Amino acid sequence: MTSADKAVPAVELRGLSKAFNGFAANTDVNLLVRPGTIHAIIGENGAGKSTAMKLLYGIHKPDKGEIRIRGETKVWKTPAEAIACGIGMVHQHFMLAGPYSALENILLGVESSASAEGRASFIPKFLRPVGRSRAIRQLDEISSQYGLKGIPWDTEVEALPVGVQQRIEILKLLYQNASILILDEPTAVLTPQETVELFMNLKKLAAEGKSILIITHKLKEVMNLSDDVTVLRGGRVVGCRRTPETNIEELAGLMVGRKVNLQVAAPPAPVLGPAVLALKNVSLKTRSVHETGMHRLNDLSFEVRSGEVVGIAGVEGNGQSELLHVLLHPLEFCKSRDGGLSGEINCLGSVTHDARRSLSTKRIRDLGVGIIPEDRHKEGLLLERSVEDNFLLGQETRKPFSVSGFISGGALRAAANVAIEKYDVRPRNLTIEAGNLSGGNQQKLIIAREFEQSPRFIIAAQPTRGVDVGAIEFIHQKILLARTAGAGVLLISSELDEILALSDRILVMYGGKIVARFQRGEATEQALGLYMGGAGSK
Amino acid sequence: MKFLERIQPLIAVIVGLALGLLITQFAGESPWHVLKVLAGSAFGSRYDIGMTLFYATPLIFTGLAVAIPFHAGLFNIGAEGQLTLGALAAAAVGIWFPNAPWPLAPLFAGLAAFSAGALWAAIPGWLRARRGSHEVITTIMLNFVAAGVASYATLYLLKNPDSQNPETMAVGAGYLLEHIKFFGDAPVNSALFLALIAAALVGVFLWRTVGGFQLRAVGQGEQAAKTAGIDPGKMRILAMCLAGGMAGLVGVAEVLGNATRFKLGFSPDYGFIGIAVALLGRNKPLGVIAAAVLFGALHKGTIDLDLETENVTRDLSLILQALIIVTVSADGLWSWMRKAKTNGGTL
Repeated sequence: MTSADKAVPAVELRGLSKAFNGFAANTDVNLLVRPGTIHAIIGENGAGKSTAMKLLYGIHKPDKGEIRIRGETKVWKTPAEAIACGIGMVHQHFMLAGPYSALENILLGVESSASAEGRASFIPKFLRPVGRSRAIRQLDEISSQYGLKGIPWDTEVEALPVGVQQRIEILKLLYQNASILILDEPTAVLTPQETVELFMNLKKLAAEGKSILIITHKLKEVMNLSDDVTVLRGGRVVGCRRTPETNIEELAGLMVGRKVNLQVAAPPAPVLGPAVLALKNVSLKTRSVHETGMHRLNDLSFEVRSGEVVGIAGVEGNGQSELLHVLLHPLEFCKSRDGGLSGEINCLGSVTHDARRSLSTKRIRDLGVGIIPEDRHKEGLLLERSVEDNFLLGQETRKPFSVSGFISGGALRAAANVAIEKYDVRPRNLTIEAGNLSGGNQQKLIIAREFEQSPRFIIAAQPTRGVDVGAIEFIHQKILLARTAGAGVLLISSELDEILALSDRILVMYGGKIVARFQRGEATEQALGLYMGGAGSK
Repeated sequence: MKFLERIQPLIAVIVGLALGLLITQFAGESPWHVLKVLAGSAFGSRYDIGMTLFYATPLIFTGLAVAIPFHAGLFNIGAEGQLTLGALAAAAVGIWFPNAPWPLAPLFAGLAAFSAGALWAAIPGWLRARRGSHEVITTIMLNFVAAGVASYATLYLLKNPDSQNPETMAVGAGYLLEHIKFFGDAPVNSALFLALIAAALVGVFLWRTVGGFQLRAVGQGEQAAKTAGIDPGKMRILAMCLAGGMAGLVGVAEVLGNATRFKLGFSPDYGFIGIAVALLGRNKPLGVIAAAVLFGALHKGTIDLDLETENVTRDLSLILQALIIVTVSADGLWSWMRKAKTNGGTL
């Protein structure tokens, strides 16, 4: 028994329930956060983590149950009341105003009340002066107290690295006197090194008495960081452990409700065939104003051969999206004045781009290219359309789905039914809107559509982003199966575990350039992290 | 929930009508009496129904002209210009080849009307697809250009020397469409059947063919469509062409079915009412037909209202139409609010 056990809990949720349109998002959720500790909340997508936190933060109102902060029962009408009570939230997508400086962002929303305390209160709120120097003094004090170093006050935040932006978000909460911090998937956008730094900061904050709730699905991080962990499944709490007393396997089992094989068995050595993709000195220059020149493609040359998985590791925004764009839509660079795509791309034996011509997306897809796009909502699916229509998307011109220009509903339904069965898309309902599927099932639907066309070259971009543990396992298996069947796979992912588990070769991208190449087994997380952070090239 | 959603446009119409009738109360006329006159003069006899359908015919075309681009994510405000040029083209063919024999003549004139509208609409389609110019701006500007072109052609190229009105010469006799006898003297003509066939074809195209699937895919997720190998630009141009063609067919109804010539300013803003028709009809062919009949009925009904009541004038028609448009648009607000509610009441 430590002192934290005896103290009044910082946060206590008692029997919290919340339903949306009859769907129970949270049922009888109990949660107890000891003051000065880091409490991890884990669960698959749709397990109700976010709902629970939104209830705590005042975004939603619970149907039943009680929220207690430092022993006092609270009922909030708006998040403002929760904030006033010392609760702060760092959202997964930062809520920073890009073109404003760090200081301005921190003062946004609090400036009027904070700067005009006790004086000039007859001035309407929105006209009160911003107490700049006073604010900087306070912020310097806070940041040195909690070790949040390296924030340049006057730089526009959009020009700052993500890790720093996150620190600004945290500082903003501290400036608002938050003592209970909620972080939603804080490491999703960080390099391993930045993650380490964040964890150090969080531990320091906890040591200084702040209570921290962290939502995550990365079990390794839970083990490294947290003091306690609560597992949610299907809107209910299925387990609550002291972190030192549990292990990854147990947590994964609790999350999914069955035993999960987290270690992808190392697949047998690849049987290499001919190249399915070959890039020769591909560079992309953009003239657009917002590009700083960092994110274009810089002299890329590599091959993906049939039967292997080539992983591209890198922090997001280092040219991965551009690479995808160039592979799929070379014609756009040829037409637009932005231009500046040079080099030669060869895909499945056809030149898809060189100095003279580019192929259309349709032609490239018809060569036998399957795509799991980066952003499944925008690029992968028509969210308002049925599962069936989404299965058709991209193969609507092919037999047997198209009969002299008309869509053959019968053939489509038959094929789609087989596919969703084979790829375990739940629910087994072809007429449901794709937007109503869970993230994992949406991704499985995309994979069903793409893989059923037996592609010979597969581009898998962030294939398991925002997908639950069970689905990750499934998707990884399917990718490896396709590899065994002789497809070449280009895997682009910011999840190092995924890159390390699946790739036969690993290329690290930084600033639009390939800065390092590894064979399977050569790479470690640390080594990749260093190159991903721009520490040099190999 | 699903049922409510379905009848939402109906509720909107009823609310709009109720509001409009309330206004007549202030104008000093019993709403009940007004409603009786409205309904009676729109649907009271075969002739009345014929007139209603006569007004509805061009609105079916323009409603489709707005609905098709909507499915490709475009907002066509240019139906007015497209129909003007369509009508002009139909008239021009009829004037230049006055001796063409019957079935061939209207066919060619119709083709000309369709093509003129389609080509005119292709301009904003192409500008949007390849240059990124917003179609709302370009279509509305091209309305003015079309009006100018029509004036010039009417006054200098095809002028009727025997008339003081700004109109062209009459088309050859072989071009004229017969009035439907069933409706007595009402000028409703076989263009109505053309409109119904067009609506049916649009439905089949959008929901049964590969092209329609691709077109709607672009409207619902441009990025997803692009990734799937569909060229969004091509689909947008196609959508605009079809839309312009539909608007152009108003020329068949007007020139071949009614006026026998092109009259400057013949359209009482059919193109713009088409926006309301498409909105009310949820951009579905059957919905468009129903909404067009409703607006046709309003038009016919309010003309008689002017004659049969003391205090209510034709302006009421415009007010009623406007109120219905407002309540139909409020529809969007409704679903938005419901969404907000399920998200916990904050947005």
